[in-house]
Amino acid sequence: MEANILDNLEVVYQKPETLTDTPFHYCPGCGHGVAHRVIMEVVEELGIQDQTIGVAPVGCSVFAYHYMNVDMQEAAHGRASAAATGIKRVLPDKYVFSYQGDGDLAAIGTAETIHTVNRGENILMVFVNNAIYGMTGGQMAPTSLCGQVTSTSPYGREATQIGFPLKITELIAQLPGAYFVARHAVHTPNAVRKLKKALKSAFEYQKLNKGTCFIEIVSNCPSGWKMNPLDSQKWIEENMFPMYPLGDIKVPGKSTTPSTENN
Amino acid sequence: MENSNKKEVRLMKGNEALAEAAIRAGIKAYFGYPITPQSEILEYFTEQAPKRNFTVLQAESEVASINMIYGAAGAGARVMTSSSSPGVSLMQEGISYIATAELPCLIVNITRGGPGLGTIQPSQGDYFQSVKGGGHGDYKLIVLAPSSVQEMADFVFEGFKLAEKYRNPALILADGALGQMMEKLVLPEEGSLPHVTPDWATIGKTKDRERNVITSLHIQPEKMEAVNHHLQEKYKAMEQEVRFEEYFMDDAEIVFVAFGLSARICQKAVDIVREKGIKAGLIRPITLFPFPKQRIADAAQNAAGFMVVEMNAGQMVEDVQLAVNGKCPVYFKGRMGGMIPTPEEIAVELEAKFIHHEEEV
Repeated sequence: MEANILDNLEVVYQKPETLTDTPFHYCPGCGHGVAHRVIMEVVEELGIQDQTIGVAPVGCSVFAYHYMNVDMQEAAHGRASAAATGIKRVLPDKYVFSYQGDGDLAAIGTAETIHTVNRGENILMVFVNNAIYGMTGGQMAPTSLCGQVTSTSPYGREATQIGFPLKITELIAQLPGAYFVARHAVHTPNAVRKLKKALKSAFEYQKLNKGTCFIEIVSNCPSGWKMNPLDSQKWIEENMFPMYPLGDIKVPGKSTTPSTENN
Repeated sequence: MENSNKKEVRLMKGNEALAEAAIRAGIKAYFGYPITPQSEILEYFTEQAPKRNFTVLQAESEVASINMIYGAAGAGARVMTSSSSPGVSLMQEGISYIATAELPCLIVNITRGGPGLGTIQPSQGDYFQSVKGGGHGDYKLIVLAPSSVQEMADFVFEGFKLAEKYRNPALILADGALGQMMEKLVLPEEGSLPHVTPDWATIGKTKDRERNVITSLHIQPEKMEAVNHHLQEKYKAMEQEVRFEEYFMDDAEIVFVAFGLSARICQKAVDIVREKGIKAGLIRPITLFPFPKQRIADAAQNAAGFMVVEMNAGQMVEDVQLAVNGKCPVYFKGRMGGMIPTPEEIAVELEAKFIHHEEEV
């Protein structure tokens, strides 16, 4: 009789059908799981599962296709936006998105990133920035902060030696091919709601054929940062947001002046 | 009467004939980057695309081009790219991914002299790269080696047919001279190569099927080994596609083996030495993978020896030696760095080795 206990409960929240039943492999507290879920919720709510093709990168989210229940391709390191370009050019009526980390999108794939946006490919690029190479064991990323200690910057990132954190989102926002550029986070429920709204707009914009939508998600890496999840969220607010402020950076129909809105 | 069978005869450059054939083969998209001596291919496509039903995109690099091919081929489209030696080197990572994900597509290498930035003149220095893998890991391409402008066009159709039959990338390995020279050819008929979107393509997951995934990643070694076994079985099955051409092989005592442009030069060399009463013949491998090793092994049973002629330092000669397996001597004549051997110097070399028995330098 105990089995029936759930029958009397109202379902108020459940996993979208656009996520598979495979448990996430991500470390406890990692932002990837939330980011995956929000994207897939949007795909379900828009009813575009049968028209959506995703491209996974090399990095922690290399197995995104284990979780996202849409047709997907696994691209070479840095080339997700080139693969997405290839898909979109032969399937112009479909929704195509890439999901890339900082090393993938802003280091090895910088050329592909800039040229994909410069062509104004009608795709959505989701850029998860956690300022570290998580999959390979916590090495310095192009977006690692000055002074940030990683396994390849054991004395802290030294800008005179290795350069400054690359604010690639502001950089690509300058390109005419960029249609909608925003930076969000997944560290609080409120931040997740804002991200979801932006993702929904970005998918809808694809039908307008006006250019590339680009959404950066400032996220965490408790394992790579060697912190517990709560401390990592605090570290995001205190250290990441000053360098990577949240908000719209380029909005259709508005000027391209970067917003410094911060929450 | 004559009109009903009238062939469409044209005088075209090799590169343009190849591009025109690709449009007639029904390509959905071409992605490429300019590099001499094959830029006419991209130019021809950009000129034709607005008038005919396909997409062309000049990418930011060969690296991007080959990954666009990955994406588009994974989406089930008939697509191709082309480049020349240094550019094809840049594509090798992507080609390894494409081969492992088993995506049919056509890659064209209009080879130039290397190594390094090299020259822009013709070469066959990319044989190893083409037939032995080229990128990382154990994989094979179907490699077709045209030796005329006619074959530059025909092998586009052959390449797509084989690529789609085996779910494997096919490569046309030509050289700068074949790309640049003009010859008469009969163009293949438009629309004669039907294409069906494969059921594995990522075109959007419908409710009635599981999601399709294109990947070359199998993190568990047991699974990755199984993938490798599958690929190796496929490459073995491809052996039945071996193609070659013979010239004066009926009574040949000395056998030339040469592909592409070198084979045409060797034909003339056969004519020259035959006039002197030397019974020479030629085997021209058309598929470099699969390699016509059985035909060469058979010829080795009765031959006095072989002479392999290539525009490189000696690459295919190793495969000929494997096939001959010590049955008779195998000599090599090569020119490098964009230099083309003349029929006369090949004839002199043959006489030096087989008539005057000069030692290898």
